[in-house]
Amino acid sequence: MAMSFVSSPHSARVNRVDQVMLQVSLALVPGTLVMVWFFGWGVLINMALATVFAVIAEALALLLRRRPVLPAIKDYSAVVTALLFALTIPPTLPWWMTLIGILFAILIVKQLYGGIGYNPFNPAMAGYVFLLISYPVATTSWLPPDVSALLEARDLSTLSLIDSARLVFTGALPEGLSWDAITAATPLDEMRTLLDQGQRIDEIRASSPLWGVFGGRGWEWVAAGFLLGGIYLLRQHVITWHIPVAVLGGLLSASALFWLLDPQLYPFPAFHLFSGGAILGAFFIATDPVSASTTRRGQLIYGAAIGVIIFAIRTWGGYPDAVAFAVLLMNIAVPTIDQYSQPRVFGQRRSARKKA
Amino acid sequence: MRLFTIRGGVHPEDRKALSAGRPIEVLPIPKLLHIPLQQHIGAIANPLVQRRQYVAKGERIAHAQGAVSAPIHAPTSGRIVGLGLYPANHPSGLSVRTITLQPDGKDRWHKRIEGVADPFALEPAEIAQRVADAGVVGLGGATFPSAVKLGLGKRYALSTLVINGSECEPYLTCDDQLMREQAEAIVDGARLMARALGVERILFGIEGNKPEALAAVQQATAAFDGVEVVRLPMRYPMGSEKHLVQTLTGKETPARGLTADIGVVVHNPATAFAVYEALRFGQPLVSRVISVTGGAISAPKNLRVLIGTKIEDLVEHCSRFREEPARLIAGGPMMGQPIPELRVPVMKGTNGILALTAAETGRREPAPCIRCGSCVQACPCGLLPLAMAAQVRAGDLDAAVSSGLMDCIGCGSCAYVCPAHLPLVQCFNHAKGELAARGRAKQKQTETKRLAEHRAQRLEAQKRAKREAMAKRKREADLKKQAEAAADSEGAAASTPAAAVEEVETC
Repeated sequence: MAMSFVSSPHSARVNRVDQVMLQVSLALVPGTLVMVWFFGWGVLINMALATVFAVIAEALALLLRRRPVLPAIKDYSAVVTALLFALTIPPTLPWWMTLIGILFAILIVKQLYGGIGYNPFNPAMAGYVFLLISYPVATTSWLPPDVSALLEARDLSTLSLIDSARLVFTGALPEGLSWDAITAATPLDEMRTLLDQGQRIDEIRASSPLWGVFGGRGWEWVAAGFLLGGIYLLRQHVITWHIPVAVLGGLLSASALFWLLDPQLYPFPAFHLFSGGAILGAFFIATDPVSASTTRRGQLIYGAAIGVIIFAIRTWGGYPDAVAFAVLLMNIAVPTIDQYSQPRVFGQRRSARKKA
Repeated sequence: MRLFTIRGGVHPEDRKALSAGRPIEVLPIPKLLHIPLQQHIGAIANPLVQRRQYVAKGERIAHAQGAVSAPIHAPTSGRIVGLGLYPANHPSGLSVRTITLQPDGKDRWHKRIEGVADPFALEPAEIAQRVADAGVVGLGGATFPSAVKLGLGKRYALSTLVINGSECEPYLTCDDQLMREQAEAIVDGARLMARALGVERILFGIEGNKPEALAAVQQATAAFDGVEVVRLPMRYPMGSEKHLVQTLTGKETPARGLTADIGVVVHNPATAFAVYEALRFGQPLVSRVISVTGGAISAPKNLRVLIGTKIEDLVEHCSRFREEPARLIAGGPMMGQPIPELRVPVMKGTNGILALTAAETGRREPAPCIRCGSCVQACPCGLLPLAMAAQVRAGDLDAAVSSGLMDCIGCGSCAYVCPAHLPLVQCFNHAKGELAARGRAKQKQTETKRLAEHRAQRLEAQKRAKREAMAKRKREADLKKQAEAAADSEGAAASTPAAAVEEVETC
């Protein structure tokens, strides 16, 4: 019998890209459920829309590139990009903005660079930042979390499924409601605005109904849901602890340092962790393998830098939240980090390697 | 004893239960033996026999050529029926020079085969010489001539002999079974090797998934000082000698150096057993233990097989295949080589025959790298397989070399964990082959240049010599003529010398 030549090893761990992606999607479930609970059906509508757009855009790009379409669709990477993108945009975003964001993410950021594995930037975050810059108002108009105390204090309303769908697809607000009645500043936004007005943290915490137990009201539970999913990913060995711990560690230590300097001027560290996208970013976005560092030391550097940049932009930058910018900024640095963080080759001394 | 950790590595499912604990069966003498002359690293052996010659078991049929080589002996008594090319047990399936022997079934040892009563009384060099004469090579699969390694004591300050009983490759159980059954012989062989090396300390490293072998070797070593049995953690590639030495001693072998650089020499237990047989009984290496296993084999077994037996005969003895194997491998699943066809022979370095089902291979179509870094985590050598693969694919071999291509031991841990199922080992082996070819081409080029310059010089020298000879002759002719002219009358013969010169120039 003749056998074609195949190289060793002749066995492999059952470990596939599509399963990794499915587990990531599964891990998003708890956080997503909490988000739907607090922010209504718009979240799910966005996710469904983004997924459909992403798969179509991916298929289209592959057809144009004359590459096999099915295997690429079946690895679910486009779906994960779509889900992460949908979780970052407000539930009120018009459908065509979602489309633009997804097209940018999939066609330009991912496929123009060569498809899965070749994109230097995280497509979901690049798509989000593209929208954020192009449509700053629409992308920052968040619904208030569905917490009765908050709704009463600010005289706000929530949206039903029909209302959400109508808003997303036609842009029509429910009868008798204005934008002001259905949107509210995010906790990070409010904190910045009030700090800029010279208020002290104690005053802000006492006066605003936006604060919950350890973060923004509602938001803190969304973050906790994503934390749960992140722990699941760790336990399933889909991700390692290095990047999430480094991101959160970087953010925590930077915020703790300044908070210790002046707790009235700089919000307490847990606020940073549980009010915005920090947890989602640390476990789901910064860990995107394609655009992250691949060495252990590199991952720690990459993660910690993301954490510090998040704090810096939130504190002194022009945007209330900063996960997307921080991740994209560090994506640029990955090739350099990788080059300088290679583990020591067995049997080689550090100095000897330079010569070799 | 304190053990040290190594970086990277993987935990493949060991699947040793298929053949573990099955007593070593002696395979009946087959109808024909095909004994390749290249079964070891180094120069090919030179045949000593002719067709139709009768040979006894253990008679030398090919002798070693050069410093790194090994002789080959008749695995059984019989007649030489062929001396020619036969497909090699090598993935290429190309033919190599092979001696074909038709056994007479008597299995009669050569009369001069006899052991040494007290081999420990021999000089170290004498032990190494006998090991060399017995054709013993590294039986773990590397097939480096063992005697060369036993002579390392002359050039290196050695402290320890390590017997590598880790058998970290999944499926294989031949060393395990040999250690269970022949622990005392292995320990004896190891002590002889230690004597040849001039070291006092012997460490047996055996992975924890072989408790019976551990117990057997422990019992066999109990009486001796300086011999220690170490239970190794189960992790692939524990059997890589540099990593094994690091686990045991905490010391790292310098890149591209030998473990002897840090005072350690590593041998396989089957090699120790062969040394024992060579010294105690004078028997050369003519058979070895092989695991025939894998999900597609009907009855997995550990067999003692004559060198040169066709793999077909082994498979036959194990009741053939339960199902059509998706892959046939000589060696273990992590580093073994595909078997081109079933009629190729067993060689000294063949430690396992694996017939794997499609489910066992877990093979899938390669997908793009998603830079997950699993390979970086798995690499025991601290390399970045994904970056190296990208460099090789881009044709930038120099960059791959500077990121450590030559430090890759080809263990396959990276490809094993790759979720995109990229053929990383193949990629690196291709690059190493390409670099070797480049090296050879460059060497050829410089050699050609050297020869061309040499030739030019030689021609130049010839021309010069001819010119000088001519000038000399001309001078002599002139002198002669002058003399003649002086003697005779003046005038007539003035033009003859020029004609003579012309004649010389045209020849």
